[in-house]
Amino acid sequence: MSGESDYPDESAGPFPEPPTTFADCEGRSITVRRYDETADRDALEAMYAAFDPADRAQGIPPTGEKRIADWLDAITGPETVNVVAVHDDEVVGHATLVPDEPVATAELAIFVLQAYQGAGIGTTLVETLLGAGRAAGIERVWLSVERWNDPAISLYEKVGFVTSDTESFEHEMAIRLDG
Amino acid sequence: MAPPGAGDGVARTFFTRPPDEPGMKLLLGIGGSDDSIRALERAVARVAETDDDLTVAILRNPATEVDPEAIEERVRSVLEDADVSAPIRHLEGDPGSQLVDLAESEGFDRIVLGGGETSPMGKIKLGGIAEFVLLNSHVSVTLVR
Repeated sequence: MSGESDYPDESAGPFPEPPTTFADCEGRSITVRRYDETADRDALEAMYAAFDPADRAQGIPPTGEKRIADWLDAITGPETVNVVAVHDDEVVGHATLVPDEPVATAELAIFVLQAYQGAGIGTTLVETLLGAGRAAGIERVWLSVERWNDPAISLYEKVGFVTSDTESFEHEMAIRLDG
Repeated sequence: MAPPGAGDGVARTFFTRPPDEPGMKLLLGIGGSDDSIRALERAVARVAETDDDLTVAILRNPATEVDPEAIEERVRSVLEDADVSAPIRHLEGDPGSQLVDLAESEGFDRIVLGGGETSPMGKIKLGGIAEFVLLNSHVSVTLVR
């Protein structure tokens, strides 16, 4: 994603900042909170080790211990924003903002463990991530999603993303955050 | 020792043939993006070890707008370093269709292309040329990762 024109004129928000606790559609108590490298890294690696490879998109999450670890190093590094969804001390979802050009821009991705999908966790995870991102000074967020992935596209639209590019192989969407 | 860029076993499988079979006729398309340069280096490294016959087609990639002369210079230096000789062609106009047309009309066995860029997140983004070639080519296609 390159230009200012890829983002909607209207900004979206405000979004809640972490932490937030709610009951998902299955009645499970889910807490979305900021990722803590020291406390959460092992649980996050365990979530990706258990992730169904059929749910991978555009090569992520990678597979194998080493590739997962390298990828997590990159997306939880300096200036990234990360939140996790936790149930019974287990990380069941993760959303991340990774800085992109120009300044105050980030790319978003979200992953929810298969047994926890379709229960409304993704929406809260994305909204809370955007709240945390705004608090960290991020103003523009973009993402790409496979163009046949209607449930994901609906979720992003509900949160306020608009489609910015339908020409490329992947469906690109963008959001501008309230100042 | 493996040649530079030989990397994992995937490229090896794609580019190597048993010694008793004639080499493949490879057509590498390059438009100047980072992944296309990587594809060039990997393909040349394999060709240096096989009987494969390489032709390099320099494309006009609207996404990069890299000067074709600069690409040619880069191609020549990679070929020279590996002591591989390969004809260099320049394709004008729409890159994907021109490349497929050349591969099909001149009996190439395989088109080789860069396998896409990755986003800051690490997501693989397939380039426009690769998408067209994959969907239209009757010749096998290798995307180099």
